[in-house]
Amino acid sequence: MITDLGFWTLQALNALQLSMLLFLLSVGLTVIFGLMHFVNLAHGALYALGAYFAASVAAMWGYWAALLLAPVAVAGVGVLLYSGFIQRMRKSGPMAQVLVTFGLIFVLLDMTRIVWGDLPLAIEVPAMLGGRLAVLGVEYPTYRVFIIVLGLVVLGGLAFVLGRTQIGAMIRAGVDNDEMAACLGINVERLFFCVFCVGCALAGLAGVVAAPLLSVSPDMSLQILIPTLIVIVIGGLCLLQRGVAGALLFGFVQTFGAVLAPQLSSVLIYALLAAVLVIKPVGLFPAKG
Amino acid sequence: MKTTTLAALGLATTIATTATAEDIRVGLLLPYSGVYAALGNEIDAGFELGLEQFGSETDATFEIVREDTEVKPPVALGKAKKLILQENVDVIAGIVSSGVLGAVRDMVHGAAVPLIVANAGNDGATGADCSPFITRMSFSNGQVNRPMGTWMYEQGVRKVYTLAPDYAAGRQMIDAFEATFTAAGGEIVGQDFTPFQKTQDFGPYLTHAKSSGADAVYVFYAGGEAISFVKQYDSFGLKPELPLYGSGFLTSSLYVNAQGPAAEGVIAVSHYVPTIENDANAKFVDGFTANVGRAPSEFAVQGYDAARALIEATKAGATDRASLANALRQVTFDGPRGTLSIDPATNNIVQPIYTYETVARADGLTQKVLAQLPSEADPANGCVMDPVSN
Repeated sequence: MITDLGFWTLQALNALQLSMLLFLLSVGLTVIFGLMHFVNLAHGALYALGAYFAASVAAMWGYWAALLLAPVAVAGVGVLLYSGFIQRMRKSGPMAQVLVTFGLIFVLLDMTRIVWGDLPLAIEVPAMLGGRLAVLGVEYPTYRVFIIVLGLVVLGGLAFVLGRTQIGAMIRAGVDNDEMAACLGINVERLFFCVFCVGCALAGLAGVVAAPLLSVSPDMSLQILIPTLIVIVIGGLCLLQRGVAGALLFGFVQTFGAVLAPQLSSVLIYALLAAVLVIKPVGLFPAKG
Repeated sequence: MKTTTLAALGLATTIATTATAEDIRVGLLLPYSGVYAALGNEIDAGFELGLEQFGSETDATFEIVREDTEVKPPVALGKAKKLILQENVDVIAGIVSSGVLGAVRDMVHGAAVPLIVANAGNDGATGADCSPFITRMSFSNGQVNRPMGTWMYEQGVRKVYTLAPDYAAGRQMIDAFEATFTAAGGEIVGQDFTPFQKTQDFGPYLTHAKSSGADAVYVFYAGGEAISFVKQYDSFGLKPELPLYGSGFLTSSLYVNAQGPAAEGVIAVSHYVPTIENDANAKFVDGFTANVGRAPSEFAVQGYDAARALIEATKAGATDRASLANALRQVTFDGPRGTLSIDPATNNIVQPIYTYETVARADGLTQKVLAQLPSEADPANGCVMDPVSN
């Protein structure tokens, strides 16, 4: 066994970095489900779209422009999806929603293939994020530190908006009892529409952030879907804190599983999922009430 | 009356067969959708170019029927049946995934239809599962990696850490390398097999490799995983202290530009790179660049040589399934990869292997050939086959 402290610090940072990437991805999905009770399996496809938009924008105007514009573009796709499908499917039950959004994955996948081709694309990291930083006594890639910081910023921002602002209060009211909220003069439909767009933008953001780390290829949406769903099931579907807890648990189990028991690493996370489903089917950190 | 009609019919069929004998129907069985669509299109472009450049050398004409395997073995089996029974093809070429090859193997073997494998590298396909009807013009997993173990030891590398995805090809590639490297006197100080197509973050494995005390890391990754791996390896700053070596697919010319500067200095072993210097390769690279707009990859040359093998077989007088299968086993020519031949004991290709370094030039990344390693036929691996009949 390796006794060097730096090794374990590095692995903990790896775990944190993976957790934050998964958090960015799953938070959009949890927020949409938590507030709208809508299962959007096409979320992974929006993440892939984010990465593709980023690759195109970055080729023209550089990475920072991509970081800003790609989530906006994905939110735009979200608007189309909402007015085309989601609005009509709101009341039609989870089975129909799962089927339609699962189909959407393949439609979007083939559209990315038609537009961007089959060859994987790449985004270069801007120079200031390119090197390595000394963190806690170890050298760690700056870009990964950036992902961790960005994840924490998004978490802080969402916690603030949901917990401390008027809009946050309206959203929480809509979740608790949408009819009563509507009686009080809140336009619940419009609120949900905004929430959906923000959720899509977050998926796009996750795509941009993941793109320089991974490769931008048509199948990235399918690769990420299962980990995201596992995060949500482990955390318990509802608001923010649970999404974070699920992502952290996934990140640490996956990373330390790969180090300590490489033969089991791909099974461990499913074992955890099964254990959670058997022992606490509502998720480890269920919504109160 | 009835007998006469039947006899007439029989005669008509015979005449029909003779009349179209010079027209060879070729079934291209490739993934045009799914995760390997890029490879399918690359092989297809190579195959087309091969017919275009060498088609005039033979009297035969070729008619191509394309079917999409979708990289799904059951789908591919259905498509192979369609090509054989309905389209009545004389020969099938293609097959990217070894899973697909395993699925169609019994079908083509049973129907006695010649199959030219243009990618799938599973050692077993020209080992225990070999067939006189299946000729491989691409490579076998072991063949590409075996010479690298000895070569790296000669370069002074003594301790190696290996990484590969956890599936048959990953294990065959690493095993072949490990066998020759340890036989030469080297030591494998650690290895990991990462979950295939489920690993997005290689950070944990890279940290592990770094602390293993190895002189170098030897890996096999392909496609999207290769891009993620090379970029993440570079971002951890491992390259200066722990040079990265790999099976050639790691920095294939097909996607090396997506890896960018991260791929610089990576040394890999392959059966083809577009910078091999010979006349046949110059002709191939020029033709491919004119058609597609970029340099060809090892996948393109496999399609190109598959078409060339078919043309050589018809030049030897082959006209139908049986004669084509027999002629394909005796094909030999000088192509972009050097002198190629088919080992009649296994029907696998015998070809030189190249080690190369990815280097930056003004117009992007390119491959600098370091050494040409001699051609070696694979061991029979349990393959028992009738000798070639003349």
